[in-house]
Amino acid sequence: MSDTWIEVCAADEIDEEDVIRFDHAGRTFAVYRSPEDTYHATDGLCTHEKIHLADGLVMDHVIECPKHNGRFNYKTGEAKGAPVCVDLKTYPVKVESGTVFIGL
Amino acid sequence: MKPTKRDYSLLGRDAEAAVANGLAAAEWYHTDIPRKEMKALMQRSDGPAIRDTAIWLGTMLVSGALGIWLWGSWWAVPFFLVYGVLYGSASDSRWHECGHGTAFKTMWMNDAVYQIACFMIMRNPVTWRWSHTRHHTDTVIVGRDPEIAVMRPPDLFRLVLNFFGLLDAWHAVIDMVRNASGVMSAAEKTFIPESEQPKAIRVARIWMAIYLATIALCFATGSILPAMLIGLPRLYGAWHHVLTGLLQHGGLADNVIDHRLNSRTVYMNAFSRFIYWNMNYHVEHHMFPMVPYHALPRLHAMIKHDLPAPNPSMWHGYREMLPAFLRQLRNEDYFLKRDLPMTARPYKEEFHAEPAVAAAE
Repeated sequence: MSDTWIEVCAADEIDEEDVIRFDHAGRTFAVYRSPEDTYHATDGLCTHEKIHLADGLVMDHVIECPKHNGRFNYKTGEAKGAPVCVDLKTYPVKVESGTVFIGL
Repeated sequence: MKPTKRDYSLLGRDAEAAVANGLAAAEWYHTDIPRKEMKALMQRSDGPAIRDTAIWLGTMLVSGALGIWLWGSWWAVPFFLVYGVLYGSASDSRWHECGHGTAFKTMWMNDAVYQIACFMIMRNPVTWRWSHTRHHTDTVIVGRDPEIAVMRPPDLFRLVLNFFGLLDAWHAVIDMVRNASGVMSAAEKTFIPESEQPKAIRVARIWMAIYLATIALCFATGSILPAMLIGLPRLYGAWHHVLTGLLQHGGLADNVIDHRLNSRTVYMNAFSRFIYWNMNYHVEHHMFPMVPYHALPRLHAMIKHDLPAPNPSMWHGYREMLPAFLRQLRNEDYFLKRDLPMTARPYKEEFHAEPAVAAAE
């Protein structure tokens, strides 16, 4: 389990099948809401060229980088093929009383 | 002032300078679009690309069949002209859009059309995926962008030859033979990860086998007809993709990090837009590459208040671009500076006021 839970936002601030950017302590994260209404978090920058993934497109369980269209499974962090070759780091997420928390 | 000699090598002086000056992998200008509207524009769909691909390949099939049937008479010529443009030019935009993965919603469809189109346009699908990635990272940054079509000073003879695919195809054959023999060039190694290089070699070997089989069939039948269907259309059908492709960045600024300055949007006829898959909206495509081709007209309507006025026709585009090429023969620092409408956010002048830039109009 994670050491520290950090509050991100109200759960309804993230649209279904969408992503938001969350900055904390000099780091940037991407927090997702899946079509099944589950929440997930990854590092916020693409492993290819450090572009903010929160400007990209969520399709089902995939986030597509807005710059070069590199794709990751945001649930597992798996890079889905060129031009992304390095997986994304994922983080635990929980929702309590309508608020999303990320575990760091 | 003496014009600045540019070094377009990916391993040369200007490549180092671009990194030192912060032009490599820089943060580029984007027009602000509300997230909800951007999401709507980015949405993928199979329908438009399935329709367009059926028309594209179906027309190739019919025109190719009629060309074969009428082979030996002049009546075959118009059918091969159609077949050639669909093979040697439409493949350019299909390669491009499917490489981005935006044409279809279903990924295997993108991948399948990407492989077919890459073969037709003679661009190794691995090499060119990575070179195009760099083109989007460092668009028209000298020493970084491997896809600058018109370098300065322009080689006009080369441009004319490429309307018939001559130099492009020649270099493609050399690259294919080199890759098929297991060798990646030093430049290719700068933008293709090591883990991907064996894939490029494998594709080159498959392609070489196809071309050798086609040549063998020509000898066996005593006719160039097989090559008229496979390989040669890359030459006799190339003219349209060169005609439209030169307009993308030709004559505009280099070493800037605002696509409004180095890319050109041109209004085109419906035929060219079908062949070109709407890449005439080129500023919009570079600014937002995740927007599919079929949504680019909507994107254009949404952000045109922030962009330079588009060229109203290809003819208009050539009328400004060709004189710029001629002036660049004498002064390679010359370029066409784009004016913004009053409604646009200004350029970041600190990146665009280098001392070497002269004669801009």
